[in-house]
Amino acid sequence: MKQLMLGNKAFARGLYEAGCSVVSSYPGTPSTEVTEEVAKYDEVYCEWAPNEKVAMEVAFGASVAGKRSFCGMKHVGLNVAADPLYTLSYTGVNAGMVICVADDAGMHSSQNEQDSRHHAIASKVPMLEPSDSEEALEFAKRAFELSEEYDTPVIIKMCTRVAHSQSLVETGERILPPVKPYEKNIAKYVMMPGNAIRRHPIVEERTRKLTALANDCYFNRVEMGDTGLGIITGSTSYQYAKEVFGDKASILKIGMSNPLPDQLILDFAAKVDKLVIIEELDPVIENHCKALGLEVTGKDVLPMEGEYSQNLIAEKLGVEVPKSLSLGEALPGRPPMMCAGCPHRGLFYTLSKNKCTVLGDIGCYTLGAVPPLAAIETTLCMGASISGLHGFNKALGKESEGKTVAVIGDSTFMHSGMTGLANIAYNQSNSTVIILDNSITGMTGHQQNPTTGYNIKGDPAGKIDLEALCKAMGFHRVRVVDPYNLAECDQAVKEELAADEASVIISRRPCVLLKYVKHNPPLHVEKDKCVGCRSCMRLGCPALSFRDKKAVVDDTLCVGCGVCQQLCRFDALQS
Amino acid sequence: MTKNIMIVGVGGQGSLLASKLLGYLLLTEGYDVKVSEVHGMSQRGGSVVTYVRFGDKVYSPIIDKGEADFIVSFEQLEAARYIDYLRPDGRVVVNTQQIDPMPVITGAASYPENLIGKMKDLGLNVDAMDCLSLANEAGSAKAVNIVLMGRLSRYFDIPVDKWKKAIEDCVPEKFRELNLKAFDLGRA
Repeated sequence: MKQLMLGNKAFARGLYEAGCSVVSSYPGTPSTEVTEEVAKYDEVYCEWAPNEKVAMEVAFGASVAGKRSFCGMKHVGLNVAADPLYTLSYTGVNAGMVICVADDAGMHSSQNEQDSRHHAIASKVPMLEPSDSEEALEFAKRAFELSEEYDTPVIIKMCTRVAHSQSLVETGERILPPVKPYEKNIAKYVMMPGNAIRRHPIVEERTRKLTALANDCYFNRVEMGDTGLGIITGSTSYQYAKEVFGDKASILKIGMSNPLPDQLILDFAAKVDKLVIIEELDPVIENHCKALGLEVTGKDVLPMEGEYSQNLIAEKLGVEVPKSLSLGEALPGRPPMMCAGCPHRGLFYTLSKNKCTVLGDIGCYTLGAVPPLAAIETTLCMGASISGLHGFNKALGKESEGKTVAVIGDSTFMHSGMTGLANIAYNQSNSTVIILDNSITGMTGHQQNPTTGYNIKGDPAGKIDLEALCKAMGFHRVRVVDPYNLAECDQAVKEELAADEASVIISRRPCVLLKYVKHNPPLHVEKDKCVGCRSCMRLGCPALSFRDKKAVVDDTLCVGCGVCQQLCRFDALQS
Repeated sequence: MTKNIMIVGVGGQGSLLASKLLGYLLLTEGYDVKVSEVHGMSQRGGSVVTYVRFGDKVYSPIIDKGEADFIVSFEQLEAARYIDYLRPDGRVVVNTQQIDPMPVITGAASYPENLIGKMKDLGLNVDAMDCLSLANEAGSAKAVNIVLMGRLSRYFDIPVDKWKKAIEDCVPEKFRELNLKAFDLGRA
């Protein structure tokens, strides 16, 4: 019987059914659930790696050793793993190796909307793009066969609307492939110049063979309808195109986006009067068609930015869109914000109060940039807070050292903060780094990491001691504060910024959403004591609002963290 | 013909259970179903949208402006925010609860007044009720999602015992009784 299944879960099911044995990933929206779901199968070894580069190298090792392997990441994670990827293209694999990269057109939870197809093209690695859950499952299985047959890692590109949509799938049994014993092969696996020079022509020959395959393969298909309009599309854009045009257009659905099928495209173009390319983000198929000498419509009418939808495609291609009504007034926005009781809030309040310049990083705490705290002033990529702080202080010296800090979460610190910290220790800037240790990877939905002491299955695992690590790097000033204690935070920030050497403050308290965290009873407002000074409102806590000139506590949200009590000079907030 | 239900609310209010329930129910009714959710940053107290689509064959996983047959809203302002997604003959099922967004908390904006009335003035079908009180009556403020499902069920030709069977299959055993009560209170 068919089941309704999340795209990422279906992908995970495909990995399981294909006999994948080793999985190593780093979480990142919208890719995370692939690994979380496959970890539920006891037959598959799964782990969270400290970052995507490590994950891909683990998958490489497992593949060479002879087991089918997988690593998953979001689009920006593939930048981190680009180093192994580009040379993995040369070494090829032993047992099949599949990589998931999940793009986020529309930036629902990302810092940019880069198009991962460029990585596939540049690394000369085949890329598949499913357009629903059923394809996610089937493509994952077939990707292993492709990987082994063509001796290459295979990338499957998901996007938010495929990863986080549920559609119907039919599951099958797990079939373990025959064992592929490891054999020493220095010419294939040791990429020093003399060997790599001989591997490069093999890569080019492989691409030629894959291009020939692409013209007649499972992944690409033609659905002929009216021939007045021909559409070349793939991924979620295929669904929007079908929704708008049904069989009023002919469609070439591209399921293998690298390499593209030259002959199939030319044959399709010859059968239709007009050719339109519908693809989110960059004009990859469009430019390919133009290079083939075809006249096409694409980014001249459709946007490069954001995600597509049925109405957007209809409107841009001259099809009527449904009527709708509007209230005709501007409504206040509802941006995401730190949760009630979030341990980051007290620390950000302290930084804001001390008028610190804060270089931020990637995680829930990026929301420290949102008013009223508005404390974070830069966010670039994983780890950039620490390295950026070093550069900031090297540029400005004493002018910035006493008031500038980096903030980075525990998981992000493990991902790529340690190398930046090593740079501060080595090249000696008087920098203060704050590690926001909430004992979990928060934003992506609570994944374990090397500092938490638990593995992906929730079993006890190795635990890295942050204090000892910082001290071993040469930091003499390492201190731990409780972010629920504003006085303690204030003292630590003032003292460490004043100190004449580099320092690390670890702001430590578990994420308030963790199941084991006990909440206090909600606070209440003593109405006659509240003078309406709005001091508590400076925290930007969603449990606090202001009605009839008095503070009000939402007792469904308040967890009794007590941070607001410390700001109230009139004892109006009571436990 | 594809039918569209949009579930809107504030991150953390439990819209994922509502969409899970609807997806499960509509699948057992024999429809092709697609459900699209939002994970990650928006879930942190932000405005969240879930799309549920069903019919003979569903292509797009999302609902666009002017397409929704139903908007099920956990909160007044969120219903108003997405009202242009409703078909002019569609229906809004809305919890009258108000949750201040950050611009209101900081004083940069005020919570708009009479949103339910303004939606009715557009000639739309608006079914507004205090789901939070009913959820508390059922035993937990968290059951707002199932109260709303109870209300929504009035507009479907699906027998009530099938809705209840779906609840029994989708929620953990220890919350079954509470949720069935919440469903009855919403439907009544």
